[in-house]
Amino acid sequence: MSIHIRGVSKKFGSFQALDNVSLEVPHGTLLALLGPSGSGKTTLLRIIAGLEWPDAGRIEEDGADVTDRHARHREVGFVFQHYALFRHMSVFENVAFGLRVRKTPDAEVRARVDELLHLVRLDGLGNRKPAQLSGGQRQRVALARALAIRPKILLLDEPFGALDAKVRVELRQWLRRLHDEIGMTSVFVTHDQEEAFELADEVVVMNQGKIEQQGTPDEVFEQPATPFVIDFLGNVNVFHGRVENGRAFWHGVPIAYPDYPHAQARPARVYLRPHELDIARLAATGSPAGQNPNHSAGEEPSLLAEVLRVSRSGPLTRITCQPHNSSGELHVDLPTATARDHSFQPGETVAITPRNVRVFLPDPEYVI
Amino acid sequence: MANTLPTKPGRTPLDALLVTGAVATIGLLIVVPLASVFAEAFSQGPQAWWEAIAHDPDTRHAIWLSLTVAPVAVAFNTVFGIAAAWLVARFRFPGRTLLVALFDVPFSVSPVVAGLALVLIFGRQGILGPTLAWLAMKVIFAWPGLVLATTFVTLPLVVRELIPVMEAIGPEEELAAVSLGANGWQVFWRVTLPNIRWALLHGIVLANARAMGEFGAVYVVSGHIAGATDTMPLRVEKLFQEYRTPASMAVASVLAALALVTLVAKVVIERRLEAESRDLAAVRNVAAKSDPSPS
Repeated sequence: MSIHIRGVSKKFGSFQALDNVSLEVPHGTLLALLGPSGSGKTTLLRIIAGLEWPDAGRIEEDGADVTDRHARHREVGFVFQHYALFRHMSVFENVAFGLRVRKTPDAEVRARVDELLHLVRLDGLGNRKPAQLSGGQRQRVALARALAIRPKILLLDEPFGALDAKVRVELRQWLRRLHDEIGMTSVFVTHDQEEAFELADEVVVMNQGKIEQQGTPDEVFEQPATPFVIDFLGNVNVFHGRVENGRAFWHGVPIAYPDYPHAQARPARVYLRPHELDIARLAATGSPAGQNPNHSAGEEPSLLAEVLRVSRSGPLTRITCQPHNSSGELHVDLPTATARDHSFQPGETVAITPRNVRVFLPDPEYVI
Repeated sequence: MANTLPTKPGRTPLDALLVTGAVATIGLLIVVPLASVFAEAFSQGPQAWWEAIAHDPDTRHAIWLSLTVAPVAVAFNTVFGIAAAWLVARFRFPGRTLLVALFDVPFSVSPVVAGLALVLIFGRQGILGPTLAWLAMKVIFAWPGLVLATTFVTLPLVVRELIPVMEAIGPEEELAAVSLGANGWQVFWRVTLPNIRWALLHGIVLANARAMGEFGAVYVVSGHIAGATDTMPLRVEKLFQEYRTPASMAVASVLAALALVTLVAKVVIERRLEAESRDLAAVRNVAAKSDPSPS
């Protein structure tokens, strides 16, 4: 079932939780709402579920307006952040709840619940109480309970937020398979970009009640639409530079930036991802200007920097450098094997060349 | 149970003094008076005690009256308490804080004042007096007045018990039930009520104890008519005024025994409440590190 959100706004007192948000979720998609807390992602999810009413805007499912339909009649499966299992009921009765309130015959309830407990790999735990389960098991009970009513849409609020790292990764992959098997439309809320990118077909980045960017994980990662997105995705070197004449200047190193052909210089933020920087050893005769003196016309411009630290974390090695003409730090990530071959040492001078750079001009209204 | 202060071995004279003071206070204010009530009640033997209670028609009526007034007041409080606690714990609206403060009025107002207020409204000269006379209904100096007065003074007990528990539980389970298709009644009976049952029972036990023992407000509205509007506490006082101390103490001992039963019930329920809140904490525990492994 496809979901159409048209111009939805919601205020809590003076707090604008959602500001004219429009979004389309095609049938069968697994979509992630990604954003920091307070970005409105959970509010949007609850509005889709009918657990919250929008102040303005419409919600459509398969083209039918469901905005005013009570949550009880939405037939949406909702998995709550802390699962909200019925504490006093057994696992079996938790899963059976949606069927019981529909007065489903007992035999049918039993068959369906057994089938679901098998699906979520909790066979034989039907008699347990939620308090006797581990976090991952509770999460799966919550999923089975939501799936019992055969929802067309599954909504999950921070589904893995309360789990250990290992369980989290397992459940993630399992949920992906489940989504594909059942073939429904799923939306989940997360503040964890890794989770969003690994699990979702489509990622929606939200900030302050608005959508910053919507796209496939690759699109969002490779072409962040706004400074917020690239900042939120994190692990990036940020510098204040300037743009003029089709070039951006990063510590005096010019980088092609055809989007700004004007002669008038403007301040800009330059984003460099640590894994998109090349690093090379240089004879220790670095020029004080900071720019590589060896660099000739056709060659990529590079920046001279001093290696401060080399720290290895698993498959990647992070080299922290200090550009010669600046006090800021610059991170470069190399595959550990490559880094080992070069064996960079603290104190030596290296030349750093960006393979890829993103430049954002501040909004015109902020220009003084 | 790690929520106690560490105790250092060895005692100073100050420690001994404080402990003695505490024990003496409890003994003097609680244990000795309670014991003396029973001692006095049985001073002429169990036979006399039984006769004082069972063979005096006015006393019998007082016991009967208390046993009918209190449950009705408690039942009303239960319904009101659940509804009011649900409103306050689940919704934010203008005047909410004021409403919560109003729930406490019966605790802060002297019961005598409450009784007088009821007389001013329902009495023959009161605001509703003519209407009630026309309807041939008697509230003051009658059973309905006793129920009203008792309900008033016990009003905060159930609602006060439920608000913090409902707030701690939060609305998620109820929302989950709604999203699974439950209607309002199904949510209440299957989710809300089972979650608050021990807190509710706790409130009911306290309200019942207070209802049975209420004196001031009931004194004003009852008119103190022996064999008609005297409840047990009023009967105790009347017998005492008539210098029938052993009979008075016999009735008092029934009230005191009731208090002891209440006390036991309270302890049992409080244990259940603690267990429930531990369960809640376990289920809510974010990234539960101590996952109970399936065995």
